[in-house]
Amino acid sequence: MQRYVVRRVGALAVTLFFVSLLVFVVVRVLPGDPALIILGLEANADSVARVRQELGLDRPMAVQYGQWVGRALRGDLGRSIQYDLPVSTLILTRLTVTLPLTLLAAGLMIAAAIPLGVFAATRHRRWGDYLTMTLSQLGVAVPGFWAGLLLILFFSVHLGWVRAGGFDGWGQGFWPALRSLLMPAAALGLFQFAVLARTTRSAVLEVLREEYVKTARAKGLAERRVLFRHALRNALIPIVTVAGVQLGQLLAGSIILESVFYLPGLGRLTLAAISARDLPVVQGVVLFVASMIVMVNAAVDILYGLLDPRIRYG
Amino acid sequence: MTFVIGLVITLVLIATAAVSLVYTPRDPLEMSIAGRLQGPTLAHPLGTDQFGRDLLSRVMRGAITAILVGVIAVAIGMLVGVAFGMLSGYFGGWLDEVFMRLVDAIQGFPAILSALLLAAVFRPTLSISMIAIGVAFLPVFARLTRASFLEFRDRDFVVAARALGAGDGAVIGRHILPNTLPPLIVQATISFPVAILAEAGLSYLGLGTQPPNPSWGLMLREAQAFLTLNPWYAIFPGGAIALTVLGLNLLGDGLRDLLDPKTVA
Repeated sequence: MQRYVVRRVGALAVTLFFVSLLVFVVVRVLPGDPALIILGLEANADSVARVRQELGLDRPMAVQYGQWVGRALRGDLGRSIQYDLPVSTLILTRLTVTLPLTLLAAGLMIAAAIPLGVFAATRHRRWGDYLTMTLSQLGVAVPGFWAGLLLILFFSVHLGWVRAGGFDGWGQGFWPALRSLLMPAAALGLFQFAVLARTTRSAVLEVLREEYVKTARAKGLAERRVLFRHALRNALIPIVTVAGVQLGQLLAGSIILESVFYLPGLGRLTLAAISARDLPVVQGVVLFVASMIVMVNAAVDILYGLLDPRIRYG
Repeated sequence: MTFVIGLVITLVLIATAAVSLVYTPRDPLEMSIAGRLQGPTLAHPLGTDQFGRDLLSRVMRGAITAILVGVIAVAIGMLVGVAFGMLSGYFGGWLDEVFMRLVDAIQGFPAILSALLLAAVFRPTLSISMIAIGVAFLPVFARLTRASFLEFRDRDFVVAARALGAGDGAVIGRHILPNTLPPLIVQATISFPVAILAEAGLSYLGLGTQPPNPSWGLMLREAQAFLTLNPWYAIFPGGAIALTVLGLNLLGDGLRDLLDPKTVA
């Protein structure tokens, strides 16, 4: 048990090493001089040399990588050229928008997908099932950012009920802030909601075929009790796994939705940094988000092993 | 049934793309200041954009971008992923361990993240978005191939081939690889619509197709500024994406049911 967790955490460390190496290789090793990216191609040789020295680009690659990772591990992701602030400070500030957006989308997704998936499974091959499956087919076909545009078009432009976007910060109060994240979160969660509803449906269908469900029914248990006590409980293992992996996907997807709704989160920060050639910010955000996704995936993996002892010995 | 609907939508998509190569109602790049941001009319069935360009022609031409990016991105992910999975599954040991951790790491880079990084280092282009989307597909193809190789590498026919003097290359290429193809084909059909969605998202952010080339995602990026003036502008390109992805998904589901009757739908 303990050995399983230790082995998994060790594997995670290796994976995180590769994540950092990939970011480093793209930024430093691939053709393209970061100093020139920052200064522009017309820069004179002196300032290029100065920036190269400031960034440590004149040292051997392995030394550069070691220093960069060493600093990153201590929370130092470099300094933004555009804002002249530590990249980690910028990330933490913007995370107060991105993280709640991601979690709200995840909450909405789970709250809608699991009941709907269970409902579809209990109506297998009847109208309720077909309707739910059609809904989820549409959900995986509609791009989140288009869903966002349609929501704006309907609720803001047509009905005039809500603002088309923007975020005034948590200082304005919890509920107003949460309300401005609601529409973006709904659009963000739509795709993953459809995926999770399908996963739930097939997981519950699978369990409903098991012998112990037949036994429970034969004992004369009420169908509701069979469903929630026996079926859903066991179906939860694959559902939790999928939902966990989706968390990372939602985090990445928030980058697009922030643009649709003009939310000052990590995505907008990075896109602005690309136009401003603020390479340290892009590098820092990508390293941060990729590491988060990898860690969430590893956590799901470990949780899966803990929930289902069969996996550990496989 | 789903297979037939999916097939019809997909054929319409391919036909639209093919026709748009030789014929579009108007030149998709032709501007007309007088006819800007019109709603649907007889002359412009889907209306016009902020430069007065015909949206029907642009949506038709956008199908080519979608198909092109989808095919190339899936091909990149499949080729590299299969290579990884092949070596991992066949040789096993530390090589397998290292490759799989690398694949775990790559899983931390959804298309959007790689595209952001590549666009910052180079310049946002269509090829960068194809590579970014391809990289995002790598892990699933690598895992599938690895699983198949683990399953087949000690089978009798493989052992027999080796006993007859076949080298590693021949065993991998001629004996095991052909057996791994069916799940890979199914995965490719599942990945194709996902690639189209990803391309639309990247172009929407300005990280994919660049103006004035028609791409559905890019059209939506431009349409957002004119939501109040011409709402149709934001509806048709998005509808084209949704319909295409729906058709391809249905086709993929149908294909999976045909190839693998064991899964219950």
